[in-house]
Amino acid sequence: MNLEKKYHRDTLVIKIAGEFDLVTAEEFRRVVDPELERRQVRNLVINLGGVSFIDSSGLGVIIGRYKKLSQSGGKLWIAAARPPVRKILELSGIQKIIRFYESEKQALEAVREA
Amino acid sequence: MENKIRLEFTGIGENVALARLVIASLAGQLNFTLSDIEELKVAVSEAVSNSIIHAYSAVPSGIVILEAWQDTDSLVIRISDMGKGIADIQKAMEPAYSTEPDRMGLGFVFMQSFMDDLQVDSEPGKGTTVTLVKKISSDAGTFNSSQN
Ligand SMILES: Nc1ncnc2c1ncn2[C@@H]1O[C@H](COP(=O)(O)OP(=O)(O)OP(=O)(O)O)[C@@H](O)[C@H]1O
Ligand SMILES: [Mg+2]
Repeated sequence: MNLEKKYHRDTLVIKIAGEFDLVTAEEFRRVVDPELERRQVRNLVINLGGVSFIDSSGLGVIIGRYKKLSQSGGKLWIAAARPPVRKILELSGIQKIIRFYESEKQALEAVREA
Repeated sequence: MENKIRLEFTGIGENVALARLVIASLAGQLNFTLSDIEELKVAVSEAVSNSIIHAYSAVPSGIVILEAWQDTDSLVIRISDMGKGIADIQKAMEPAYSTEPDRMGLGFVFMQSFMDDLQVDSEPGKGTTVTLVKKISSDAGTFNSSQN
């Protein structure tokens, strides 16, 4: 898996590529959690555009970050999920709590307007 | 001639991708659609991950066995571990039930919704066997019907 991180003001954007399973979920946690704490991130945008596969371990780590952020008044946004990945996300019911955007740009616009 | 595979591997995270790859490759030889193959990959990923995470939580590297064969119009996949087992299988299979605080209890939900049949045999202290059955070229697959 490939993880890229960048900042747009107080928004952390994480771009992931590859397969989001238990190995990569652990890597995701290792990279993202210290950022969330150190920089007091208010908004986290996860760009799933490069993700070809996701299972419950990947989903679990996304929902875990959502909970962490919610506790400190922050928000999580999902961008660019491809159809097979989107199917899994939808089946999990995650859409009831986290909004999906077609692109990273659209997600960042939504963050700005929120 | 009937094809059958059996793969035995150490229960480490890196081997979950290996198990998915093997099943995707096998399913590709049969008459499965791309969305069927995606579903098979998720189900296998869930079962193998469960063996690694739950069955062998106290053991650094237990053995996981992946078997697959064709049974008339179906692909049968069996994932076995010799780990701690499940005391209450029915409870374990309930949506959102998990014994791990950080997990969501979706593994069995995915296996159930993507496969045509799912069987779980388990005995505490002995281990768990999960059998997944997927019909070949069934047009009633969850992904296919929702895509039309
Ligand atoms: N091979 C196994 N050995 C021992 N216990 C298992 C095994 N597979 C599943 N379980 C038990 O069944 C429960 C439910 O499994 P399921 O895959 O549905 O959810 P989870 O693994 O806890 O969470 P998620 O799959 O969403 O990450 C687990 O929490 C665990 O207690
Ligand atoms: Mg699981």
